[in-house]
Amino acid sequence: MTIVFWILAALTVAGALAAVTLRNTVHCALAVTTAFAGLALLFLQLDAQFAGFAQILVYIGAVAILVVFAILLTRGSETSEHGVFSPTWLAGLCIAAAVFALLGWAVLRSVNAIPQQVMAPAITVKDVGNALMTRYVLPLEIVALLLTAAMVGAVIVAMHEKGDVK
Amino acid sequence: MTPLAGYLLVAALVFAIGLAGALTRRNAILVLIGIELMLNAANLNLIAFWRFGPHPEALTGVMFAVFSIAVAAAEAAVGLGLVISIYRHVRTADLDKMNRMKG
Amino acid sequence: MIPAVPMVAAGVIALLKQPRRRAAAALAIGSLAFSLLVALAAFGHVLGGWASGHAVRESVNFTWVEFGSATVDLGWVLDPLSAVMMVMVTFVGLLIFIYSTGYMAHDENFTRFFCFLSLFAGAMLGVVIANSLLLLFMCWELVGLTSYLLIGFWFQKPSAAAAAKKAFLTTRVGDVFFLLGIVWLFAQTGTLLFYNNGAGSMEPLALGGLLAAPAALGLSAASAIALLIFAGAAGKSGQLPLHVWLPDAMEGPTPVSALIHAATMVAAGVYLVARVYPLMQAGMPTGGTTTALTVVTWVGASTAVFAALIAVAQNDIKRILAYSTVSQLGYMMAGLGLGGVAVGMFHLITHAFFKALLFMGAGSVIHGCHEEQDIRHMGGLWKKMPVTFATYAAGMLALAGFVPFAGFWSKDAILESAQGWKLSQGPFFMLVFGALLTAFYMTRQVSYVFFGAYRGHGHAHESPRVMTSPLAILAFFAVTLGFLGTPAWPWFRSFLSDRPARFELAGFSEPGILALMLTSTGVVVAGLLLGWWLYGNKSPRADEPDALEKAMPPVWRALRDRLYVDELYGATVIAFYAWFARVADWLDRRVWGGIVSLVTGFFGLWAKFNRFLDTYWVDGAFDKGCEELSSGGGLVARVQSGRVQTYLRLLALAVVVLAAILIWSSHP
Repeated sequence: MTIVFWILAALTVAGALAAVTLRNTVHCALAVTTAFAGLALLFLQLDAQFAGFAQILVYIGAVAILVVFAILLTRGSETSEHGVFSPTWLAGLCIAAAVFALLGWAVLRSVNAIPQQVMAPAITVKDVGNALMTRYVLPLEIVALLLTAAMVGAVIVAMHEKGDVK
Repeated sequence: MTPLAGYLLVAALVFAIGLAGALTRRNAILVLIGIELMLNAANLNLIAFWRFGPHPEALTGVMFAVFSIAVAAAEAAVGLGLVISIYRHVRTADLDKMNRMKG
Repeated sequence: MIPAVPMVAAGVIALLKQPRRRAAAALAIGSLAFSLLVALAAFGHVLGGWASGHAVRESVNFTWVEFGSATVDLGWVLDPLSAVMMVMVTFVGLLIFIYSTGYMAHDENFTRFFCFLSLFAGAMLGVVIANSLLLLFMCWELVGLTSYLLIGFWFQKPSAAAAAKKAFLTTRVGDVFFLLGIVWLFAQTGTLLFYNNGAGSMEPLALGGLLAAPAALGLSAASAIALLIFAGAAGKSGQLPLHVWLPDAMEGPTPVSALIHAATMVAAGVYLVARVYPLMQAGMPTGGTTTALTVVTWVGASTAVFAALIAVAQNDIKRILAYSTVSQLGYMMAGLGLGGVAVGMFHLITHAFFKALLFMGAGSVIHGCHEEQDIRHMGGLWKKMPVTFATYAAGMLALAGFVPFAGFWSKDAILESAQGWKLSQGPFFMLVFGALLTAFYMTRQVSYVFFGAYRGHGHAHESPRVMTSPLAILAFFAVTLGFLGTPAWPWFRSFLSDRPARFELAGFSEPGILALMLTSTGVVVAGLLLGWWLYGNKSPRADEPDALEKAMPPVWRALRDRLYVDELYGATVIAFYAWFARVADWLDRRVWGGIVSLVTGFFGLWAKFNRFLDTYWVDGAFDKGCEELSSGGGLVARVQSGRVQTYLRLLALAVVVLAAILIWSSHP
């Protein structure tokens, strides 16, 4: 429980909170980007270098930009009179709180049952690549296929249909 | 509180926040943002368990997390494409107004 | 061999369905000739047996139906009675067949005629040689059927068709009683065979049992059954209440009248009584008689007189002969009742010959006068048709009972028995009166037809040889056959009752015989003279009233109208039947129809009620249920708000709950 952890954790949580509560949608997008960054650093702290950098590359470099684009494209009645929250926001909040309570309780109850090693694993990117090509080659290929399909689907979905007003 | 527990709690908190956002915000894109947050929280969970769990050299957790990131990216792309497409039809991204599935 | 006799004749019938006239006639005549030969052979056999002292009574029986322990047997018998009848039937039948080829030459239904004739011959022979009452009844019915077919041969004439129907129905009435008698006999004795080596129904064992069994009105079963069987014979032989069909049966062709209604079928009734004579005679005290035989006698005598009265006033040549037949049948029945089998049968045989002769002669006259049948339109034919006249005269004298023709001897035998009847002399006087009338009306007929001036149309001519030869043959027998039964030489009687016969003139001197012969001759001569005085050589024209009519108009009218028997029947039986038919119809339409409509109406109401139920209750309930379901569904459907976030919330909530449960349950 180092200080670094606490700082990074605070950063992430703050970013997340900001993402879901800010009024301006673009501000939300930026806030979620900071949350992503905090998470990436947490990954790095956990000695998962590959995962951390992948997070930065993909999430911050692609998903966040995408979100911003989408926000910009769907501006319309953005800052409207009625609030950003749905009229039944309390129910949603309660449910979320319930989920957190459940998860926290589960964690706290059972965490002592697992033997934990504190030693850092000596993992290199080479090992990761090796694993990807040998043990996880099938998921790799499937994910490739999935990404292709997603790309094609996204293009089709977002494509301008014939006769549609641009 | 072990380090693992700390990470797990952080992940749980982020997950809950993301869920809250997904359930309460009116804007469809913000719902998607909430979903992304949830996925990320799950990734954190995975990495934490990989780090503090048995056999980290098997790289199971890392692999899982990486694939999760990839899939999440794809899903975000498609989802946002959908939102844009819907926006073209109804001129709004307000979820409360999209109740054509009302039974 | 015995069963083959009628079968040959009957078997020919099936082949006769061709339009080949000569072949048909040849087949019919040939088969009957063959039967005649066989019958003669059988007769010779029986004769030989009789002459040598032991009577012949051979029978061939076989089982037809078996149910449980009871059997129904059929069989054939050959004894003097059946032998004599067989010869008579085949001989007379053969002559009539030959005659028919000439008579029916112009008719287009030639083959059909011979087909029916052959069928009739086969059936009649079946009746004659049957050993079982059931087999006799079956052939009896077949005879009735062929009679119907032949009477109505010219069915295009409505009168012929009606006459055929009348004949069939009237004999049917008698047959119903006959059948009852058969059934009762079978129930009582267990067998319908006549002779079966001691076990037959005509044999002493069975008869004793029948006598002992009581019936109604103080009669024994024997008497009751005998009376029932006699009822059947009465229908077939035209006895008093059931005689109405016979005169109308003259609608058929003349050969038919000759064969069936003179010589054979009507004789079947007499033959039946002769066959069951042991039954009729059962329990007869010596010197007296049984109830059955008494009834037979009275019915026969009354018929004889009744019919003779009516015959006096008829104008159709065949109808006179028909009523004469009825009268003579009465004589036969009386003879059976008074004197026994031999007496009645003797008269039957002689009557067959001369009545057939008379009918065929009448046919010849009709043919010669171009199908004219009213005697008032004939006359003076003795010059134009000499052969016919001669033979007809012989027949007429035989019928009247003029000595020494055949009819004299047979009728005298009956009169002799009547005179000796202990119960009453009534029948005797009735029969004598009948003889007078017989002579009278025959003379009237002969005068009208053969004497005087010709009052008909066209040119009368003699008939062809094929028709006159049988006449001649029969005339010969009419004269000579009587000699078989004279008191001096009672061959016939002895033959039938199995006694030796000797020719002895002393028979004439038995007490009363000579006196009787003189009496009857005197009566006959009186009748002849009366007839000649009134009618001879005078020839009143058709529209002039008859001589007798001038004398006694009301009596004449009553006689001419056949003593209103037909009208009586029409008013009673037929009227009742028509009324009953109307009642039945009303019943059917109103009552049963009403019930049916009621049921239908009820079902209609029930259906309407069901529909009401269905519409309001069932449908209503169902609809209500559906509405509830709908609104329930609507309520539930509100969950489907169409808003994604709601779905998500519910998802999350569900997951939380499930997870909580899971974790809690794994709590140690």
